[in-house]
This record gives sequence, structure tokens and C-alpha cells, in this order.
Amino acid sequence: MPGRPEQRILVVIPAWNEAGVIASTIAEVRAARPDVDLLVVDDGSGDATADVAEAAGALVARLPYNLGVGGAMRAGYRYALREGYDVVVQIDADGQHDPNYLTELVNGLGSADVVVGARFAGEGTYRASGPRRWAMWLLAGVLSRLARTRLTDVTSGFRAANRRAVAVFADHYPAEYLGDTVESLVIALRVGCTVRQLPVEMRPRTVGQASQSPLRATLYLVRAVVALGLALVRRWPAATETLGQEKA
Amino acid sequence: MSSTFTLGLIGAVLTLVVLFEMLRRHRLREKYAVIWVVVVGATLVLAVFPELLTWAADALGVKVPANLLFFGAIMLLLFISVQLSYEIGRLEERTRTLAEEVALLRLQHERHHGRSAPMPTDVAPRAEDPTADDPGSPPHVS
Repeated sequence: MPGRPEQRILVVIPAWNEAGVIASTIAEVRAARPDVDLLVVDDGSGDATADVAEAAGALVARLPYNLGVGGAMRAGYRYALREGYDVVVQIDADGQHDPNYLTELVNGLGSADVVVGARFAGEGTYRASGPRRWAMWLLAGVLSRLARTRLTDVTSGFRAANRRAVAVFADHYPAEYLGDTVESLVIALRVGCTVRQLPVEMRPRTVGQASQSPLRATLYLVRAVVALGLALVRRWPAATETLGQEKA
Repeated sequence: MSSTFTLGLIGAVLTLVVLFEMLRRHRLREKYAVIWVVVVGATLVLAVFPELLTWAADALGVKVPANLLFFGAIMLLLFISVQLSYEIGRLEERTRTLAEEVALLRLQHERHHGRSAPMPTDVAPRAEDPTADDPGSPPHVS
């Protein structure tokens, strides 16, 4: 942010039943950037996620029931908007995102409104094939064209947003499947935000890999096509009655 | 003719009774009852004057009048289903917004009053100070 020496940064961690790893994720973020505020949005967990996160020193917003990443993140963006944060960084609770990239992501906001932390050219340790690969190729292709820059990992949940993007996401952050990643980027682009990606190395998920069965991969492709298609043709701005109240 | 009439009449009366009873017990809102009352009315008219259906089928070139009835009924049910899906989607969006607001308000409340303040919305009970000074909130029920 030009003319703003001290940026107020909020790290938002959407968490659903992550009691086992949330504390270490919080500790890692703290170690990487002791100056940021940390908000864990507990997405209606059945376990002790919220209490563990609180004990680890994070602010915790408890959703009364599970909304999905989109709901958790929109709550996070609303909080950031109301509290006047300059930057929101979204990090997964499961530890696959390395908080040491946090500063790089935030610095990337100097030339973009949204910075996505992307696996090295979509490869690295993660290899997709068949329909899942086509889906990733399609999503990356369309979004790259839309963003006029190369985006390889659009489903990444590791991203930073500046005030402008935060204001958009506080109102429009879809809860549907792929809405929290793909459609939210389309939304940002359609309102004129600039999106950039930054190569990051992701660690293997502690919980489990995305399914590779052909049927599931095909289903993923279909859902990706539908989600992307809808995101592109939806009327804009959205005329939903619950929106438009965030004018902070 | 007479069996069609009886069936139509029984169906219509049964539906009306159920609708009335549901309205009476606050189980159904008027705006959702209206469409079914209209359906009942149409059923009654057709039961009393089946020649209306025959006439309409002839006018539209439908050979078997019953097919016209089925077509109309299916289209109507489809319309109602879509309309209900729309209502559900709207409600989901509203409850989502409320859930997000609840989470944020609760966080704000805890930050201003400390962790010990009782929250009426507490789902997972935690140890807390019963003397917390917030007269606005009813005592915590676990």
C-alpha cells in the first residue's frame, strides 16, 4: 500500500474439524509473522477446533453450523472490512500452506489486488491425470485469459487480498462447490480487480489427497465446467437481498 | 363419468380439509396454500364439467383428453417445484448471512466482555464465571 508504512494484516484460517493441526498452523504463522492478527473461522466443527485455536492465541469466530469454506471466508472478509484491515491472507488450516510465503504474498499486493499462492506450475509433488487434469487445465486456461496473466493453480486456497478485494469478497464470496476458489476469482476479475499468482511450494496434506478415481475425477470436471460457466455468465452485480450492506 | 366425478370430488375435499387444518395449526402459510386451493378449484370444475376437458383437448388437437390433463398437471407440479427450490435457495442465503453475523457478533461480544461473559447462543458449554456483568444476556443454559 503506497503511503502506508504499517499495514494491518489479518490472516484468516477457515477450519473444519482441524483440532489436530490447527495449533501448529497457528504457531507457524506466528513464527513467520508475529505482527499479524490471526482469525480462525471455525466452520461448525464437531471437535475442539475452536477451543484449541483460542488456546493457541488466535481470535476465533464460531459459525453455528457448517457453511463450507466460502461461508467461513466471507465471514472472515467481513470481519476484516469492519475492523479496517489493509490485507487479508487466507491460509488452509491443514498445514499444506507454508506461512513463510506470507510476506511474499503480501508484497505481491503492490502490483495486484489478489495474489494467489500457486503450486509450482501446477506440478511439484502433486500429479493429476485424466479428467482431473483436463479440469485443472480448463480452469487455469480460462482464468488466465480473463486475468490476462498466467494462472496455473486457481483452486489454491492460499491467497492474499488488499482492501479493494476484501470489500468485494465481504459481499460476494460464493459458498457453492468451487465457488470459494474459482468463482471468487472470476468475481474479483469481473469487478476489475487484478489477480496475480506467486509460485509457492505446498506441503503434502496431512489429512488425505484428493481422490484420483476416474469417476470422481470426471465428476470434478463436470462440476468445474458448470461452476466456471455459471461464474462467467452470471449477471453482475449480483442482486441478492442480503448483500450490499457492507459499505464500510 | 360418475366415478371420475366422485374421485375428483373426494380428492378435492380431502386436499381442502388438509390445507385448512394445516393453516389452522400454523403449519402452512397462506401464500403457499393459495396455489393448492387454486388446484383444488380447477379439479372441482373439471370433475363437475368433464366436457370442458374434452373440449379443450379437441381445440388443442390432443387425441386423448386425459393426456392433456396429465400434461397440465405435470407442468404445474414442475413449476411449483422450481418455485420451492428458488425459495429454499433464498432461505439458504439468508441463513448463511445470519450464521456469519452470529459468528462475528459472538466474537465481538467475547472481545468486549471477555471470555467469561455468558452467551445465549452457546452451543458448546464452557467453564465460565456466573457473576459476569452482562445483564442483557440471559443466564447460560447448558
